[in-house]
Amino acid sequence: MKLSGWGRYPCVEVVPEQPRTDTEICAHLACATSLIARGNGRSYGDAALNETCVLDMRRMSRLVAFDEGSGFMVCEAGVLLSDLVALFVPRGWFVPVTPGTRFVTIGGMVAADVHGKNHHVAGSFGDHVYWLDLMLADGGVMRCSSEENVGLFNATLGGMGLTGVILRVAFAMQRIETDLMAQRLLKAATLDEAMDLFESNDASTYSVAWIDCLASGGRLGRSLVTLGEHLPRSALPPTREGRPFADVPRQRLALPVSSPAWVMNQRSVAAFNALYYARGRPGERIVSLVSYFYPLDAIGGWNRLYGRNGFVQYQFVLPKSASREGLRAILDRVAAAGAGSFLAVLKLFGTVRSRAGSLSFPREGYTLALDFPVSAGTFKLLEQLDAIVAAFGGRLYLAKDARSGAAMLAGYDQLDAFRALRERLDPVRHLSSLLSRRLGL
Amino acid sequence: MLVVGGTSDMGRAIAHRHAAAGGALILTARDTARMEPDAQDIRLRYRTEVTVVGFDLLALETHAGLLDGLPALPDIVVCVAGLLGDHTVSRGDPIAAKLVMETNYVAPALLLGLVANRFEARGRGVIVGISSVAGERGRASNYVYGSAKAGFTAFLSGLRARLSRTSVRVVTIKPGFVATRMTAGLKLPPVLTAQPEEVGAAVAAAIRRHKDVVYVRSIWQPIMTIIRHMPETMFKRIKY
Ligand SMILES: Cc1cc2nc3c(=O)[nH]c(=O)nc-3n(C[C@H](O)[C@H](O)[C@H](O)COP(=O)(O)OP(=O)(O)OC[C@H]3O[C@@H](n4cnc5c(N)ncnc54)[C@H](O)[C@@H]3O)c2cc1C
Ligand SMILES: NC(=O)c1ccc[n+]([C@@H]2O[C@H](COP(=O)([O-])OP(=O)(O)OC[C@H]3O[C@@H](n4cnc5c(N)ncnc54)[C@H](OP(=O)(O)O)[C@@H]3O)[C@@H](O)[C@H]2O)c1
Repeated sequence: MKLSGWGRYPCVEVVPEQPRTDTEICAHLACATSLIARGNGRSYGDAALNETCVLDMRRMSRLVAFDEGSGFMVCEAGVLLSDLVALFVPRGWFVPVTPGTRFVTIGGMVAADVHGKNHHVAGSFGDHVYWLDLMLADGGVMRCSSEENVGLFNATLGGMGLTGVILRVAFAMQRIETDLMAQRLLKAATLDEAMDLFESNDASTYSVAWIDCLASGGRLGRSLVTLGEHLPRSALPPTREGRPFADVPRQRLALPVSSPAWVMNQRSVAAFNALYYARGRPGERIVSLVSYFYPLDAIGGWNRLYGRNGFVQYQFVLPKSASREGLRAILDRVAAAGAGSFLAVLKLFGTVRSRAGSLSFPREGYTLALDFPVSAGTFKLLEQLDAIVAAFGGRLYLAKDARSGAAMLAGYDQLDAFRALRERLDPVRHLSSLLSRRLGL
Repeated sequence: MLVVGGTSDMGRAIAHRHAAAGGALILTARDTARMEPDAQDIRLRYRTEVTVVGFDLLALETHAGLLDGLPALPDIVVCVAGLLGDHTVSRGDPIAAKLVMETNYVAPALLLGLVANRFEARGRGVIVGISSVAGERGRASNYVYGSAKAGFTAFLSGLRARLSRTSVRVVTIKPGFVATRMTAGLKLPPVLTAQPEEVGAAVAAAIRRHKDVVYVRSIWQPIMTIIRHMPETMFKRIKY
């Protein structure tokens, strides 16, 4: 069976194993020469791929404990975020940090130490983890937290499955008063304006911007910035009076077949972007939590839009002080190449908390994510972007990456500590993925 | 709902579906310690009552005790338990074959027979048996399992006929291929292979819509019609 990440590039031929218990995972670790855990395959590139053995964790999906008073949650790593949203939002609980899709597992959220639109106030998912149980390459299980096995804990947050198989995670859910969001849309005519908006609105809980990356010259970086807050019960609209949790998420549309590659060309993306920017009406709206956080989830299989060859996502972060100059250089390069990215998302990360994982992606500064169809031209462009990111001291997000070289890891300042830990715990690299081999991790 | 074979992927999916609609559950397992994490998961997800009961289907003398020991006779009894076995072993080893036959036919049929009598006496109830398309025609590659499922299907059909004038209903589920622990490692064609969750949904729908016999993926209906009608002279030669 062909297996890939969300970008459908690269692919490997492998039949994933579906363990249901710790004992079964242990047995796979004992007999496979090389192995990687996999959640719901929403990382874009090759992080959850291995030709020898892939452990599909989605049958390890039991809730273990939940405290209705404090929001303390313990669950197995294969639990889907979409299940938690469906079950707990109506009870007034939401995850403290969410990525832009709910079709991820809790294990995947820990292994990539995912960030959300609230990074500047809440940090990344790992900041809300009390402890986790990790099965090491030798089959032993370790409870890791900021008090116990701290080095292993830090290496596992953002460690892309390379420290072991995450079995169970204890984390804090956050209280919400309604299943609605108060959203505010702001328009920025230039990149500088967009960045000023992020910085002047750092008190907003959630913030993110969509950039028209095909706009150039005076319009370079024009964007729609959205801010969001959970709607308090006191602000419920009259139609929802007395019913704080009444949202019924809509049925998903599915895109069953791949579009021909020409659907996503420069002209179609430019037309879409111009329209999208023009139609964005500044102002406030009340929207459902699900549509606010997961707009793309409404279209199942949208990754097929890019055609058979697949696509790559390029997400980097630049130190805050280098961000204005660096982002301009990158957007200039992208616009000059005429390589339209349908999704171009900009976000300002806050100062990294003390417990950030050794390979965690977020650090203070601006992060931009761009999508490109797989082609020789794309890879050439991305090499040019790599050079710019490296020159400004930035780093790439491994959960999105499918093609960068080991040199790009220089942006991770705790890389040596991570490698040393790997060397000590797993000298033969029993746990490995296409990504770990490509980057020499 | 009582689910016999709650540790299986299908049993778990059927239980989730029922609990999501607010129903209480009794789950049986031979090893209750293995069942407990799943039971706790269902309690936390759906805030419903879940009881775990130790039960070995092959201990025929315990069948009546299982039913009579419950706080109340359930509204719905689903028998999911089954055993595929290794056909190359079953072919040569009568003890192994007997285990497959008893687990898929003798024991489930006898248990559901007792359930039917109790449901009839009470005046209502739904019996769901998880049988198999393998029971529709004996295949060279799995006729030991297939013949046992054939017996089970015939038994359910007879029960249904017997109870047709009562308010007791009998549902036969033919899942087709399902991606479960039983079939892990087998190469199954994706279009013909359901996820356990689809079986859960099919069982819920069959109960709601008063169905008799259900193929989980409808594509199996025409396939099995062809297979049932194929002349034996031809059937015995095809590789299937
Ligand atoms: C539409 C979309 C939007 C996204 N938005 C965001 C975003 O806003 N912020 C963000 O941070 N990310 C975002 N992502 C990326 C996504 O959140 C991460 O890639 C996440 O890791 C995917 O989780 P998964 O369960 O699908 O894991 P997979 O993709 O299957 O695996 C990802 C990594 O986790 C490891 N892993 C998974 N489970 C385990 C386990 N049990 N034990 C050990 N290792 C494990 C794998 O080995 C792999 O290295 C987005 C992705 C998509 C498709
Ligand atoms: N998977 C398929 O493709 C497929 C297709 C058609 C039909 N089916 C049928 O669907 C049902 C479920 O199968 P599955 O695929 O989910 O298989 P599975 O995971 O192997 O489950 C089998 C179940 O039967 C139980 N069981 C076996 N022997 C038992 C006994 N003596 N007493 C009590 N329980 C016993 C097991 O319980 P323990 O935990 O106690 O072992 C387990 O819960 C079976 O009847 C199977 O024949 C499966």
